[in-house]
Amino acid sequence: MIAHDATGLDAHSALSLHDIVVPFGSRTVLDRVTLDVDAGRFVSVVGPSGCGKSTLLNVAAGLLTPGGGRVAMFGEPFSGVNRRASYMFQQDVLLPWKTALENVQLGLLFRRLDRRDAHARAHGWLERVGLRGFENSFPYQLSGGMRKRVALAQCWIVDPEVILMDEPFSALDVHTRLRMEQEILGLWTGSGKTVVFVTHDLEEAISLSDEVVLLSAGPGSRFAGRYTIDLPRPRNLLDMKANAQFHDVYSRIWSDLRQEVMRSHARRA
Amino acid sequence: MHAAPERRSLLVWQLALASTLLLGWEWGAAAGHLDPFFFSRPSEVLLRIGQWGGTGTLWIHLWTTFVEAALSCASGGLLGILAGFLLAWAPALAALLHPYIRIGNALPRVVLAPIFLLWFGLGVWSKVALGVTVVFFIVFFNTSRGVEEADTAMIDNARMLGASDAQLFRHVLVPSALTWIFSSLHISIGMAIVAVVVGEYLGASRGIGYLIAQAEGVFDATGVFAGMTVLAVGVLIVGDLITRLERRLLRWRPRPARSERASMV
Repeated sequence: MIAHDATGLDAHSALSLHDIVVPFGSRTVLDRVTLDVDAGRFVSVVGPSGCGKSTLLNVAAGLLTPGGGRVAMFGEPFSGVNRRASYMFQQDVLLPWKTALENVQLGLLFRRLDRRDAHARAHGWLERVGLRGFENSFPYQLSGGMRKRVALAQCWIVDPEVILMDEPFSALDVHTRLRMEQEILGLWTGSGKTVVFVTHDLEEAISLSDEVVLLSAGPGSRFAGRYTIDLPRPRNLLDMKANAQFHDVYSRIWSDLRQEVMRSHARRA
Repeated sequence: MHAAPERRSLLVWQLALASTLLLGWEWGAAAGHLDPFFFSRPSEVLLRIGQWGGTGTLWIHLWTTFVEAALSCASGGLLGILAGFLLAWAPALAALLHPYIRIGNALPRVVLAPIFLLWFGLGVWSKVALGVTVVFFIVFFNTSRGVEEADTAMIDNARMLGASDAQLFRHVLVPSALTWIFSSLHISIGMAIVAVVVGEYLGASRGIGYLIAQAEGVFDATGVFAGMTVLAVGVLIVGDLITRLERRLLRWRPRPARSERASMV
């Protein structure tokens, strides 16, 4: 189940990050981190806070140019913003001056799609994330969970090959969060899309993913482990905690993550 | 809790205060405590406004003042927005011009009135020029602030969704700045009116400021007070219109229950 191996820039990978180095001032945030994500897989990146998980995602998104290393999508190196990926942010990034519907169709508008077509598709997506009737609501009129649903639709409507998520639900309460996670799984299942999900919550990572990647404590984070999660799908997140296999996987990864968390604390103290 | 009745009783008290002051003034003048030569009296002020309204002079002057203020706002606002975006887009230029902008803003604009009179004559344009120098800085600073405050995650999100520079500008940066610009609308228009009235006062052939200056020239206190009253009422009406406009344009913003804000209009 555990495969401590990550070598080579793989042409079959949807996303390849190879020997990524990200300096920050005199320090190094990421120190030669390599990550290959196979197409269609749901991969989570976990690690203690400050280990550079979000930095890694920003590199994958093309929002941040690394100081060293190679970045490629389906074997093709790219520079600048990654046009084949969507990014779901931790923060609220909906434009407050646009309605839910306008926010959802933003990506289609930017791609100069026919307005009527974009409108219809945005309607469909809002309905799909359970927000029918909220088309003309402004973000401030929606709850935190509803705003995340709009953001979700905004990301998926442009039909990206890879979806990058940076702790998208960390600001939500436990129950809303569980519902959103289930929703993500529902959207992803059968979509063939590749998901890279950054979180500090190991439970969340295991219950959603095919693979969990562990980064070491920062600064100078390195690749610290890679674990395949072969829990059967479809998964019901509500019953996950009662699952013995889940606990088995959890304790195994946790013993490694725990070390990194302790080291992270020791460095900060 | 019971906002409506509270507001109504507040209005009653406010009206009571106004009537007390006006009646006291009227009585003081009638009883000889206030010299009407210097202080006039409310009834005469009202009568004068009625006369001006009847002969039509009032409307010409009021119209002139508000046209000047509107032109100042439009051109000063446009220049301020353009300069704000230009300097946000070119930080090197912003750094170069920074001290000059500060000097320009520090200068009391009233001292420019004589030179504008010299350059642009007694007509509308010398007043507009003065108004522009006032409005420009308010709008410019608010535009810069709005661009600066544009959320970086929001910008990143738009970029990830495929926004070009132009689209980013139009859908993210401009609306973000407009929020700030609209919020300063009251101050901009209030200051524009102040500027053009001062300009008229110093030299003009029309406008409320001119009306007041004329009255003052012949020691006509009634005329001065009448001009002041007309101006105050006009500014109140404009302020109300702006509040409505602001509510429409910023309807995407949550409106927290807040007390009346101190502002120029």
